[in-house]
Amino acid sequence: MTTTEIDNKTGLVTQEYKINMGPQHPAAHGVLRLVLTLDGEIIEKVDPDLGYIHRGIEKMTERDTYKQIVHLTDRLDYLSSHINNEAVCLAVENALEIEVPDRVKVIRTIIAELTRLASHQLWWGVMGMDIGALTTFMYAFRDRELINDIMEETCGTRLTMNYNKPGGLMFDIHPNFQKRVKEFIKHFKVSLPEYNTLLSGNVIFKKRLQGIGYMSKEDAIAYGVSGPSARGSNISCDVRKIHPYSAYDRVDFNEILMEGGDSYDRYMVRMKEMEESMKIIEQLVDNIPEGDFETKTAAVLKLPKGEYYQKVESARGEFGVFIVSDGKKSPYRMKFRSPGFANLSILDKISRGHKIADLVAIMSSLDFVIPDIDR
Amino acid sequence: MYDFSKMTGAIHDWLSSIMPDLGVIITEWVIIGLIFLAFFALLGLVLVYAERRIAGFFQFRLGPNRVGPFGMFQTVADTVKLLLKELVGTDRADKFLYNLAPFFLIIAALMAMAAIPYGLGLTAYNVNIGLFFMMAISSIGVIGILLAGWASNNKYSMIGALRSGAVIISYELSLGLSSVLAMILLAGTLNMNEIVMSQQAGWWLFRGHIPAIIAFIVFIITGTAETNRVPFDLTEAESELGAGFHAEYSGIKFAFFFLAEFVNMFIISAIAVTVFLGGWLPIHIPYWEGFNNIMDYIPGPIWFMIKTSGVIFLLMWFRWTFPRLRIDQILTLEWKYLLPISLINLILMAFIVMMGWVF
Repeated sequence: MTTTEIDNKTGLVTQEYKINMGPQHPAAHGVLRLVLTLDGEIIEKVDPDLGYIHRGIEKMTERDTYKQIVHLTDRLDYLSSHINNEAVCLAVENALEIEVPDRVKVIRTIIAELTRLASHQLWWGVMGMDIGALTTFMYAFRDRELINDIMEETCGTRLTMNYNKPGGLMFDIHPNFQKRVKEFIKHFKVSLPEYNTLLSGNVIFKKRLQGIGYMSKEDAIAYGVSGPSARGSNISCDVRKIHPYSAYDRVDFNEILMEGGDSYDRYMVRMKEMEESMKIIEQLVDNIPEGDFETKTAAVLKLPKGEYYQKVESARGEFGVFIVSDGKKSPYRMKFRSPGFANLSILDKISRGHKIADLVAIMSSLDFVIPDIDR
Repeated sequence: MYDFSKMTGAIHDWLSSIMPDLGVIITEWVIIGLIFLAFFALLGLVLVYAERRIAGFFQFRLGPNRVGPFGMFQTVADTVKLLLKELVGTDRADKFLYNLAPFFLIIAALMAMAAIPYGLGLTAYNVNIGLFFMMAISSIGVIGILLAGWASNNKYSMIGALRSGAVIISYELSLGLSSVLAMILLAGTLNMNEIVMSQQAGWWLFRGHIPAIIAFIVFIITGTAETNRVPFDLTEAESELGAGFHAEYSGIKFAFFFLAEFVNMFIISAIAVTVFLGGWLPIHIPYWEGFNNIMDYIPGPIWFMIKTSGVIFLLMWFRWTFPRLRIDQILTLEWKYLLPISLINLILMAFIVMMGWVF
């Protein structure tokens, strides 16, 4: 497998260097295994190897009812668990033509944006750590803790919330919810600029990211890259804008697009997206309509025969749920289109010719969550 | 200012009166060796504790605060844990070199510590080429790192070790050749004690005009690189290489590497203090006679430790703030910026010394 080269002048024998990055590696953020082919420090090939955290979730869905399936989706991309839930619920609701109350739509949107913020905060902290700045992690967790507290109070759990069900929400929001969210927004408006002072503006950080991992617009489209990673290459692909769901059609926010396509632009897209998320929450939090928090549905839902697809914008990109139903209580086949999988496929293309340290930066800038890639 | 050579002289005289010359020499060697070993261990423990507390301070955390008052015994407990751990090694490692590597680092650090002037007359190895000796000895450490990376038969360790070799050998140039040499021109001597004594009128950092300040900045940057700390910690590069050159070391062998890193930081800070910041001399402010007299009552070793802690704090501050540079960026920084700057600085300094423009 390894190619051997003999230098004509000196007669020195050089070999390609193969190393396994992962499955146990600090930069893998889970159990991603990358087989790297190196020429000294320079990467010649990246070969991702999946399967270390395969749980067969898609197969499991074929045995469960639609209400049970929602809980499985938490475990896909655990950092945008609410958004995954929402996708399944929307798919089922659309298929059965269940009209959910306005209150549900607004609350779902607020919690989805809080989830996105929490996800981006974690990503920011880990990004800093991957580049070598250890303090960012603690800054991010300080602020993320507040979101987790809100989730704990309202949904009962901090990470895998299971707050959605087809037809509405599990229960109504906690009376403190609006107050706590406003407090958080007030706090985070002060600490987000801190993030920029600590990391974004740092000379070393910029040097490490600018021009690294360039992804052209054509490549990104060809590989199916979505989410902030694609928006860094100037591709308008925000599902919230293009196919608004829940309450996104009634809020005013910008889709962040950057021209450069390098790691730093992908980084900046996420930083600015956090501001947009705060904007969305601010618009909605005071205007939660009164009403019911669910539409009563049957205990066991049976989708009519046919195929259904629903996509949402998760923190990592376009998350899709494809259901093939044969009219029974469980789907005949269910497929999740996870953003991470498509984003991972371009890793080899954009990291060739860079150094090992750059690979870590590029991986961070693509924001992988391994259970999302490997279902 | 108390002269510690009176005390050491008295001990020497007393030993001479009760045993033959050879016995005196051996006894003194043993005593000094034991003192340095104890100091080395203590320094490692204190610096690790300080690092963790300071990291906590920078990161809205508390740091260790459970074992003993303010968590002071946490590092002691950790060391005991490391001592008791099983030594796990790799299968096809080069056993001899693998076991030898940590001692290179430890011995280099210990020997360099001998030449540091801790106070008036308080230098174990007072030699006329003191600074040169320290530079020479502290570069032995890199051999230990290279050996560790090579012998442990691990690809990550190998990459880490080779990176370290490239970085340390490059940065040695700016560190030794240029920034320290510039200060030697100013002080006119290589003897560490005489360098300190030459700063009685004021620290070289302030008396040496702009070249001294440039030399100090270059020294701090290269010193950080020499000790393999963030932003130059690509030898370990946790997020890229796991733990780099010491990935395959466990238990007390790992502790050797760990302690040596912290002691190296102390040595770099000690050189910075000695050469730029007046060593163990007390802080004097011109025309503040009363203040200066009070400062004179504080013993030299305490002044030395205060100043060294200040520089160490600066290095720790770097570590908890900056991201890590990439290998090519580090080498670019050295060869394209720091080395030319410090060479020009050396010429400038020579010119200043020649014209006698020193304060």
